[in-house]
Amino acid sequence: MSDFVKILGATRESHDTMTFEFRWDEKASPGQFVMVWVPGMEEVPMSLSRTNRIKSITVKAIGDDTRRLHELRLGDSLRVRGPYGRGFSLKKGVETLAIGGGAGTAAIMPAVKEIGADVIIGARTEADVIMDDLASKYSKNVWISTDDGSRGFRGNAVQLMREKAAEKSYGMVLACGPEVMLRGVLGACSELGLDCQLSMERHMKCGAGLCGCCVIDGQRVCKDGPVFTGEQAARMPEFGSKRRDEAGRLVGAR
Amino acid sequence: MLETFVGRLALDRPGMVASGIMDETGASMARMLDSGAGAVVTKSIGLAPSPGHRNPTFTEVKGGFVNAMGLPNPGIDLFGEEMEIAVRKGKIVGSVFGKDPAEFSELAGRMEDYGACAVELNLSCPHAKGYGMEVGVDPALVKSIVAAAKSSVSVPVWAKLTPNTHILGEIASAVSDAGGDAIVAINTLKAMVISPEFAAPFLSNRFGGLSGPAVRSVGVRAVYDIRSAVDLPIVGVGGISDWRDAAQYIMAGACAFQVGSAIASKGVNVFEAINRDLEDFMRSFGYSSIRDMEGAAHE
Repeated sequence: MSDFVKILGATRESHDTMTFEFRWDEKASPGQFVMVWVPGMEEVPMSLSRTNRIKSITVKAIGDDTRRLHELRLGDSLRVRGPYGRGFSLKKGVETLAIGGGAGTAAIMPAVKEIGADVIIGARTEADVIMDDLASKYSKNVWISTDDGSRGFRGNAVQLMREKAAEKSYGMVLACGPEVMLRGVLGACSELGLDCQLSMERHMKCGAGLCGCCVIDGQRVCKDGPVFTGEQAARMPEFGSKRRDEAGRLVGAR
Repeated sequence: MLETFVGRLALDRPGMVASGIMDETGASMARMLDSGAGAVVTKSIGLAPSPGHRNPTFTEVKGGFVNAMGLPNPGIDLFGEEMEIAVRKGKIVGSVFGKDPAEFSELAGRMEDYGACAVELNLSCPHAKGYGMEVGVDPALVKSIVAAAKSSVSVPVWAKLTPNTHILGEIASAVSDAGGDAIVAINTLKAMVISPEFAAPFLSNRFGGLSGPAVRSVGVRAVYDIRSAVDLPIVGVGGISDWRDAAQYIMAGACAFQVGSAIASKGVNVFEAINRDLEDFMRSFGYSSIRDMEGAAHE
């Protein structure tokens, strides 16, 4: 349901990314998201980067609305509704590798906390790496890839995942990040015979499974997802190639 | 047992997906037909593509939802691709919105070309300037819109009416006079949500439409009134989520019904449950058909 929450903590994660904490008693599971709004901005979906009673969203300033969120200070009000969607299905005892790409790293943190999965954080450069300290609190193995090699592995998260999957046998791969990365994870997992769960993104309006504007091949990202299994993703011709714009037109994926 | 007729249109099952719900893409509509809906009414389509209103466009309230999507749609030209996928799977009712009779006539014709089994005229959306309810509360304009749509198609023309008026009977008569084939009632109730913490309206459009359980009794009353006013088939819609809700509409005078908000609260399988439970009720209470139950609450 919808609520007004007060900001209890505002932490800078990187030059363009901040985490905002708030207390919200609504029960949420790793991988779920909320719709967030303050006056003057367009309401947007945000994955929860913490899912306990104290919850958080992690916001990368990429447009007017996310910049407006970055102006939030301690004690300011924020409207959240949700939590919505189907999150990650987690099993303790299954060797799990969680992969976060860019801002998508925030969405895998609650899952890492719950089952202590190994983690790959992919970023463009050293300056774009977020939440590696937090990941190290919950996980023994945290690996980083940067496109320019300024930190950790030089290359992308999918290439690093292939290396790690060759060294250790995983039963499950979780991923959230740019769609091109998710597509790469799906391809690598099907080649290697690994199960995976991918957290997807589309333009959303209602967030609650009604309006149908966020569908990928008839599946609602807001309600049937945002986390889909590899098998589901493999049956989506639009995944990785097409998306719907605000008017419902099928256009090329970003 | 559940088969019904909306005028000359036969339906295997009486429940349809209401316009605006999971009906903007071909694959979504196909999925809803597979989940037990007798037909799917498309998102309301206009002549040109439109993104609709800015978010926030939707919120939960006690008893339902308030939305102001603002008629987002890809435009009638592109919608042909979605229809092509959907009509192969079952019956699709094409919902259209226009600002005048000429636009409605053009859009209705295009929907028929795409294979729609009927056309539903949106004369009732409460949150789009110059459209929907703004053209649907003037009986003379409603009459000319319905007549214009009738002149351009051979499939049935349904008029979806708004409860946000005190002259519902007159509007229903206008539909009947113009040769309309059925009336669909109701659309959402014009509504507003204010955020006290911010002292501001929540929806970007300020005003929206209330749907869900909160509007059901209003809808049942509207259908009852329309049934008393005109002799046209009525499709009941507004807050239906189970067999009991559906039976109320049928007994008020509807021959079929539509479900919208409950697809969020109960999931896409809501039709299967309603179909099964409605059939159980009909068996236990001796109704042999939907027709047999239709208008049963009238004296």
